Amino acid sequence: MHSGVQNVPLDINFALFISPFSEYMFMQRALIGSFAVCLGAVPVGVFMTLRRMSLTGDAMAHAILPGAAVAYLISGLSLIGLTLGGLVAGIVVAALAGWVARSTHIKEDTSLAAFYLISLALGVVILSLKHSNVDLFHVLFGNILALDNAALYLLAGICSISLFILAILYRALVIDCVDPQFLRRYGPASGVAHYGFLFLMVINLVAGFHALGTLMAIGMMILPAAAARFWMKTLDGMLLVAVLISLAGCVTGLLISFYVDLPAGPAIVLSVGVFYIASIFFGAHGGFLSKVFANQHLTG
Amino acid sequence: MTIQLSNLTLAYDRHPAVHHLTATIAQGEWLAIVGPNGAGKSTLLNAMAGFTQTHEGRIEGLCASQVAYLPQQTLLDKSFPMTVFELVSTGLWHKLGLCKSLTMQQSRQCADALAAVGLDGFEKRMLSTLSGGQLQRSLFARVLVQDQPVILLDEPFNAIDAKTLADLTQVIKQWHQAKRTIIMVTHDLDYVHEYCPQALLLARECIGHGPTKVVLTQENLTRARRLCESFDDHAQWCTKRAA
Repeated sequence: MHSGVQNVPLDINFALFISPFSEYMFMQRALIGSFAVCLGAVPVGVFMTLRRMSLTGDAMAHAILPGAAVAYLISGLSLIGLTLGGLVAGIVVAALAGWVARSTHIKEDTSLAAFYLISLALGVVILSLKHSNVDLFHVLFGNILALDNAALYLLAGICSISLFILAILYRALVIDCVDPQFLRRYGPASGVAHYGFLFLMVINLVAGFHALGTLMAIGMMILPAAAARFWMKTLDGMLLVAVLISLAGCVTGLLISFYVDLPAGPAIVLSVGVFYIASIFFGAHGGFLSKVFANQHLTG
Repeated sequence: MTIQLSNLTLAYDRHPAVHHLTATIAQGEWLAIVGPNGAGKSTLLNAMAGFTQTHEGRIEGLCASQVAYLPQQTLLDKSFPMTVFELVSTGLWHKLGLCKSLTMQQSRQCADALAAVGLDGFEKRMLSTLSGGQLQRSLFARVLVQDQPVILLDEPFNAIDAKTLADLTQVIKQWHQAKRTIIMVTHDLDYVHEYCPQALLLARECIGHGPTKVVLTQENLTRARRLCESFDDHAQWCTKRAA
């Protein structure tokens, strides 16, 4: 009797958290899809914050939009069309911006801003020439609650490719972050790391726009990484905590979306945003409270 | 391996930072590149390291992958979450590349290099917690691990204390005894007089190259200062061509 009384609230909690995912296929698909996006994109996001490329990622997200929009005009909501459109636009902008930055005195952020603005304007012009009133809601805010098998395979594939390439480039990326000149004496290693990383950004943004939309995808890369810096000092630790925060954000965001009837993509990013703001206050390394209560000091 | 600089010109926006420099640096030489600010010292070192393209002329006898280069600390991102051991082990890039793991012997090599520069026990310290002197010792340890015949040092003793300077000078002396070629850029003329057998006085062009006492005369230093101050925004095109 006693134990039965105790179990009632536990069962209710269990049902609240689990039943949307156990009873509804679209929620299961959303969870799997968003986890795939997180596992691929968040480690890349950690490196983006460490390389001070957060705004570069934002620019790339905008650069992908017109490619996807043009693909939408040509092939509608075709998964392959949208993926290729975003991929081509992103890679072309990243490659051009990187080439100009390395070949001229223009800095990379300026170069990238210039090319993504040109790309964005070109996309808008093409759309206006077609006099098309297409609904780009899917591209802007994703479609996480309507992922089909093909979309899930695509997200899982991009996640796998991204983790594989990141594992290969990991050492070069780390060295390139700490001492950007070091690898430049060893043949193409520095260039491979730089362009390889831009490629990783692009494919993860493309995966992100299928699930969360172009404008939300970058949030999933940057926010968990920024939050993790408040909790861990080592790179391994930051990668682990950032991924865990993003996964928790996906579960929370999907549940909020389910119960409060909010758009799922923004709900997920907002959930991770709450983790980030909480980390600013409570983070063990550099959080506000850790500074307020740090009135003791060590002996050496 | 003798390094030959032949009629070398290095330029920024067509203004020469190093102008028609010809010099020979013998294997095992300990050479200090000195000169006023803006003389082209770091530009020359960067070109030898393979970072800067030559505008005219050639650098021969220098393979970029056989050079260990010690950068100025300001070029490093100390805030990156990396340990001292990890920084030193990056010196093994030429052996490990992207994918190979550190062997036990290589791990010992890194630990020995840290011990040699007086950083025993610092293996797990994060870079962000190091003082300027400790970071410089770590970078010297990385050069030790790189184990290359030519060593380029860019302002190695900027803002470090006397003890660190003395310890790291011992490391350089050992490299010199092992017949490695050491080329260092520095502003510290007293240091050059005391330790460096050879000097190259630069003021965009070569003012003197040879034994330190012969090169670093008051007359040469005054001339170097005067030449360095004569930068001209409206300069004529240079008509001196490569031989």
